[in-house]
Parts: sequence; C-alpha cells; structure tokens
Amino acid sequence: MTGTVFLPFRQLNFRITILQKYILKRIIISLFTLLAITLVLFILLQLMPGSPFNDEKLSDDQRAVLYTKYGLDKPVYVQFFKYVGNMFRGDFGVSYNISKNTPISQLIALRLPVSIKVGFQAVFIGALIGLILGIIAAVWHNTVWDTLATIISVIGVSIPSYVFALALSYQFGFKLRWFPMLYSTSHAFYSSMLPSISLCMFTLASIARFTRTEMLESLSSEYMELAESKGVYGFRLIWRHALRNTLIPIITVLAPLIVDLMTGSLVVEKIFAIPGVGSLLVTAITSNDYNVVISLSFIYSAMYIGIMLVVDILYGVIDPRIRLSEAVNE
Amino acid sequence: MSDVVENVKDAPDGFFKDDFVLRGNGEQTKIDSNFASMGYWKEVRARFLANKGAVVSLAVILLIVLFAFAGPKMTEYTYSTQNLSQKNYAPRIPGFDDMPVFNGNEKLNMTTGSKIINGYKKNGDTGVYYWFGSDVLGRDLWTRTWMGTRVSLYIAVVAVLIDVIIGLSYGLISGYFGGPVDSAMQRFAEIVNGIPRLVIVTLLMLVLKPGIATIIFALMITEWIGMSRIARAEMLNLKEREYVLASRTLGASSFSIIFHEILPNIIGQIITQTMFSIPTAIFTEAFLSFVGLGIPVPQCSLGSLISDAFNSFTTHSYQIVPPILILALLMLCFNMLADGLREALDPKMKDM
Repeated sequence: MTGTVFLPFRQLNFRITILQKYILKRIIISLFTLLAITLVLFILLQLMPGSPFNDEKLSDDQRAVLYTKYGLDKPVYVQFFKYVGNMFRGDFGVSYNISKNTPISQLIALRLPVSIKVGFQAVFIGALIGLILGIIAAVWHNTVWDTLATIISVIGVSIPSYVFALALSYQFGFKLRWFPMLYSTSHAFYSSMLPSISLCMFTLASIARFTRTEMLESLSSEYMELAESKGVYGFRLIWRHALRNTLIPIITVLAPLIVDLMTGSLVVEKIFAIPGVGSLLVTAITSNDYNVVISLSFIYSAMYIGIMLVVDILYGVIDPRIRLSEAVNE
Repeated sequence: MSDVVENVKDAPDGFFKDDFVLRGNGEQTKIDSNFASMGYWKEVRARFLANKGAVVSLAVILLIVLFAFAGPKMTEYTYSTQNLSQKNYAPRIPGFDDMPVFNGNEKLNMTTGSKIINGYKKNGDTGVYYWFGSDVLGRDLWTRTWMGTRVSLYIAVVAVLIDVIIGLSYGLISGYFGGPVDSAMQRFAEIVNGIPRLVIVTLLMLVLKPGIATIIFALMITEWIGMSRIARAEMLNLKEREYVLASRTLGASSFSIIFHEILPNIIGQIITQTMFSIPTAIFTEAFLSFVGLGIPVPQCSLGSLISDAFNSFTTHSYQIVPPILILALLMLCFNMLADGLREALDPKMKDM
C-alpha cells in the first residue's frame, strides 16, 4: 500500500524538475538564437556601403565630432552591445527611403495590428473549417465526404496561398464583385475576408488532415467502446469522448502553420494592398530601405522565436516523452 | 529422398534412415504460396503503380518537364524578343479562329460596359499566332512560360540535390558520433532552424547579386535541416543493429559504416524527403520572384511571370493563367508523387 501512495508523489516531484529544466533550456536556446540573428543583422549593417555621414561638405574634424556623438568611434563590440540594447528596447532607427526620417518603430506600430488581425482571422477560419472537415471525414470514414475532405486537404497543403489569393481576387473581387478587391480601412472587416480566406487554406488543410488521422485513431480505441457501451451516443460521444483526445496533439501542426502564415502574408498583403508589415517589407525591399528591412527581419525573427518557444513548451507540458528524451540526451 | 538422409544411413553411429527427415528443402519452404516472394524494389514498384494519383502525378510532371525543354523550340520566338507593336495579344492558335477559345479575342471591361477586341485583326497581323498570347512588351508567352518552367525546375532540382548532400552528411555524422559532437551539431542546427527562412532568404538576396546562383544558395542554406533531422533519427535507430556491430568487429572504418552500411538502408526515406523538398523549393523561388528578389530580366521564372502578369491581371487575365496553372500543377503533383512514394517505399509510415 505504501508503495502505491508513495509512487505518484515521487513521479510528480520528478516531473516538475525535468519540466523546469526543459523550459529553461528552451528559453536559453531561444535567447541565443535571437542574439545570433542580431549579430548577423549587425554584420550586415556594417557591410552596407557608405556611412550615415557621407556628405562631402563635412570636414574631417566635423565628421570626427559626429562619430564621437553617435559612438561610431568606439570599438566594434561596444557598438554591437549598444545595438543589441537598442533592438531589444524597440529602437530601430529611422527609415531612409519609404518615409524619410520617420522612426521605424512608429511605422511598425501602425502596421503590425493590421497584419495580426488578418492572420488571426485566417487561423480562426482555417482551424474551424478544418476541424469540422476532419471530423466529418473521420466519422463518415471511406465515404464520399472522406474523399472530398482528402482532396481539399491535398490541394490546400500543396498550392501556395498566393494562387488562392489571385484566383479569389479575380473571381469574387473582380468578376462577381461580392467583396472589395483591395483592403480599405473604412470597411476593414469586409475587405479583409478575401485575404483571410486565401491565407487560411494551408491551416484548413493541415488541420483537416491531422484531425482526420487523430479522430480515426481515437474512434477505434477502447475508451470509445466503453463510452458507447455505457450508452453515450451521437454528438455527445464525438464531442466529449473522441474530440477531446484529438485536440491536444493538434498543436504539433502549429509550427509549420506559423511559417506559412508569415511567408504567405507578404504576398497576400501585396496582392490585396493591405497596409501591414508584410507589404512594408516588400516595399522596403524594392526601394532598398535597408534599415527597415533589417528592423523587420528582427521583428519577424523575434515573433517567430517567441511563438516557437511557446509551442515547444506546450509540447513539453503535454507530451512527457519530449522532455524526457531531452533529459536523456544530456 | 535427399542426399543428407542417405549420408545419415551411411554414418557409423547407428541411426535409421527415417530418424531424421530434412525439412525446408524445395517445396516445403514455400510457407506462403499465395504471395510469391518479391524483391524489395519490385514490391515498391507494384505498390507505387497501384496508387493512381501518384502515377498520374508522375505523368503530369514528366509532361511538364518535356514541354519545359521542347516548348521554347516549338515557336519562332525567343523568350526575350520584344515586339512592341504586338503587345497584349490574346492567345491564338492556328485552326481555332472560329472556336470560342484561343481565337485571339479578348474581352475588355470599360466603364461603359465590356467589348470584345481582337488585336490581331485590329493591327492586320492575321498571319501571327501567339499560342498563349503576348505580354506587355510583345514577348511570346508560350516561349516565356516554358522557359520560366525550365528555370524554376532547374533551381529546385539543383537546390534540393545540394540540400540532400549537406543535410545527409550532417545528420549521419551527428547521429553516428553522438555525445558532444552530436550536442554541438544539434545546438547549431537548432539555432539556424530558429531563424525564419523568410528572413535568411531576404537578407541574403539583399547582400548578394540577384540571380539563379543566389537563389540556389539561399535555398541551400535554409532547406538542409529537414533532411539532416531524418538522417540523424534513422542513424540513431540503425547504428545499434547487429549488422553494424558485425561490420565494426570486422574492422570497418566509420566512413565505411556510415556510407556503405547505414546509407543504403535509409535510401527510401531520403527519396521521399527529396520529393517533398522540390515543391518547397519551387514555391520559395516563385515567392522570391513575386516579392521582387528573383532573377533579373530578361530571364524569367514562374514567379517572375506571375509577378509581371499580376500588374495587368484584371485587364489581360490570360497572361497570368499559364504560369500560375503550371506552378499549381507542379506543386500539387510533386506533393502527391511524394505521398505515393512514401507509401510505396515504407508502408509502415502510411498513417503518419
């Protein structure tokens, strides 16, 4: 008896320390990655031709004064640490070409909410429809519905979002005129529907595919048989018994989804003229505004690393095998 | 019966002829008579051919590849010849003049309604045929589409081959040596993997001169990680097997064990992963061209064709259809082919 009482307690104790170690390790790796990116960005800035004080009217003395004022006479590693400090505080300098001398943080602060909103709508629509499609395909396994769901998910996974964007914009924006072809702030929700739908296809397809596989597994499990033998049936059976066990592993598809949303948003924002960070990056690239490109690269990396960190920690919390294997690897 | 029994009878220790009957000779070994035994590759081929989607995909890919090589030679135009007097002509194919499509007519939407115009008749170019139409600079879109397909395929295949070599060596070495080597290599891979590819590729294209080589280089340094993970996982799985131990006992070098013992056993998964990487590479290239970081003019790729045609896609929508259709078909077919190959090469992986 003592053994059975004692064992769960010991396991619990063990689990917490391993989990803490796992989380700590993830955080350290993420910080290192971000630092590595900042280093790369800093090196790129050094490689860019010219200096901010290229004016020929400046004498050498004046230039030296300016260099001292902005700390450019200090050794490179001091400049680097200052740069890291600035980046992490959100001070990205000013834009040179897009809108002269506007602080980049200000440009980004205006545009980031728009991008996040469109991205969030895409994830919401995609996850909802994907889930429904996956459940239908699993419950009516090997029927027309299943085939249909499989075809939709194959198409959604393989065809890039900007093909959908162009097709939707042509058909529903230009031909049928159901939705506006371009984004407008006055009809923000209405005009963000087409971009959200074109961005959501990958999410929809991968969630549908994954839900189907997981649902099939839980539908054939013994706890479903038990639930059925207790007299649970229909919607309640699917909702409370099968779906709950399906939902947890869905976070494993989150990582590729985020990557796709980020690249997808660049092109989709260009097509629908959405004033978000993606289109800002495209404009910055085409107009050679290096400072903006580098700041946006930092923002994208920070967002990506942050989300990956959360996903990794969630994996570890939910699936003990992952944190254990990390611990064993040490 | 067989000679062994005969020998037993002759042996001096007094066994009778039927004390021992040798089993497992000739017919008796055929335990399963329903399924004749098949070689691995023969079985793979049979499983692959049973998958209709994958076979059709393979056929479509081969057809596109064929056109990518033969297509530009089928017309008198080259991909960079401009003819400004014949710009924005709708698709027209000989013999289709009375058909509803490919007759050179194009519907233009005006503020006062739409009207149908035929650029060929208007300018008196009745003997001129642009099979997919001509673009805003009067270049033949048929030739340009297939040239673009060729460039896209070339970039994808070369980039993926380089990725396979890098990723495979990295993963196999990391998995084989284990310990501190593995730890260091995995930390490095994790950090590289933590940087969004979009950022790596964008920054590279800013620093280097745009062109095919730069795109291949950008794809090279981002796409090897997936392959290295698979190679490492398989290596960890296989390196404790008996045949590896046997080989090591006989004095095989690490190099020989990695490349002669382990590698042939994971070839199936490598092929599958390669096939999955090709559509990713095609997509990345198209994406870069669309954003404006692609290959310089007058060269073209599927992405740059889509990008060019996008500017006038509401007025001359026929210009965007061929490149986007081929891009979508290529991505779809490569994905389905990869799925089919995965199921054929490793039936255990089917549900993953």
